[in-house]
Amino acid sequence: MLRTNLNHVQSTAEFNSLLSGGGKAAIVCGRMGPMCIPVYGVMENLETKYPDVKFFDMEFDAPVARETIRRLPEVQGFYGLPFTVYLKDGRVVHATGGIQSKAQVKEILDAKVN
Amino acid sequence: MDTRWDVIVIGAGAAGLTAGIYLGRARKKTLILDHATVGGQMILTYAVANYPGVPETAGASIVQTMREQAEGVGCTVMGNADVLSVDLSGPDKVVEVDDEGTFTAPVVILATGGIPRRLGLPSEERFQARGISYCATCDGDFFTDQDIVVIGGGNSALEEAVSLTTYASSVTVIHEFEEFQAQPWAVAEAEKNPKVRFLTNQEVVEFAGESSLSAVVTRDKRTGELVRTEASGAFLFIGYVPNTGWLEGVVKLNERGEIVTDEDLRTDVLGVFAAGDARVKRYRQITTAVADGTVAALSAIAHLTELERAAAA
Repeated sequence: MLRTNLNHVQSTAEFNSLLSGGGKAAIVCGRMGPMCIPVYGVMENLETKYPDVKFFDMEFDAPVARETIRRLPEVQGFYGLPFTVYLKDGRVVHATGGIQSKAQVKEILDAKVN
Repeated sequence: MDTRWDVIVIGAGAAGLTAGIYLGRARKKTLILDHATVGGQMILTYAVANYPGVPETAGASIVQTMREQAEGVGCTVMGNADVLSVDLSGPDKVVEVDDEGTFTAPVVILATGGIPRRLGLPSEERFQARGISYCATCDGDFFTDQDIVVIGGGNSALEEAVSLTTYASSVTVIHEFEEFQAQPWAVAEAEKNPKVRFLTNQEVVEFAGESSLSAVVTRDKRTGELVRTEASGAFLFIGYVPNTGWLEGVVKLNERGEIVTDEDLRTDVLGVFAAGDARVKRYRQITTAVADGTVAALSAIAHLTELERAAAA
């Protein structure tokens, strides 16, 4: 389990429920590495500022990631951790690979999710 | 959150956190801000083997300890705090932070560190996380059994080239000069690895591919000939630049954008000090950043004492 203050997505059922629920969500799929830790920090920081959006992490090497996020067409071609996906209205509305700043994440949330 | 502080430290890497530890112990009300994650470049360092008194450990581990020390002596540490504007010219320094508000203090310490140097090619942006990476330990395993390149000629480039051979079929080190800046032992380690080859005197002109990287195009500086190297990954280790672009016109910078200080780490603006990789200096290590943080904090404390005496007189 990732050592963050985010809620964790730990099963495929949880992920599918999030997706089919149609709500707004951001999921950071990574490890406890130097490019991932900053993005978890950004999401933790933004949790209170975007109350309509649920923020999660997911362990990149866990079965749940192999069965869900790593299979998404939106992340094929990504060669950099973490994979971050944004959900809204029952679909993936955006995905990024690699480290992202708070400003970049806010821009995505404002443009694609909110 | 309080808006008035004794000292605002901008930057929460080794220099900024160390300054906070000294300031907190001196009972100065201190706010430490960082635009990104607390820890600066330290948190990006997989293993630190030369920090005296600490056996080899992850950079993140040292960051955690330093943060706990700073918070333990009363500092407030705020990550992901984007500084929107600063006015450091008057006796009250004003720092505006996105989403958090405006903070003031009679003293500011600039410890903004460095950011990875980029080549600045349009195609570099396009292939970030689609083949271009700045972290071998993070992304190395994506390139298992593939051909990749490492760009750079310093210790980081040569050491990471060797470590990436754990995954990759081949690693081509592309360097713009004939000689490497790396220490001879690092060059020797790379040279004796059968998976590592070298392309020297090469200027990178383009990263090529469709949805992800497939080749790196360079120009041979001796002949002008274009050279295409097939690679699904490119790891860039070409050094750091000071994170001071936003300080132009605020404090004196040199031609490389480094903050100019005196021996006590005062800048040219009264009440503003600088520490760590963002200032003019030759050697940039965690240890030198820690030393800078110490000196800047002690100088800041002395300055605050002078202000208190002047106010009481």
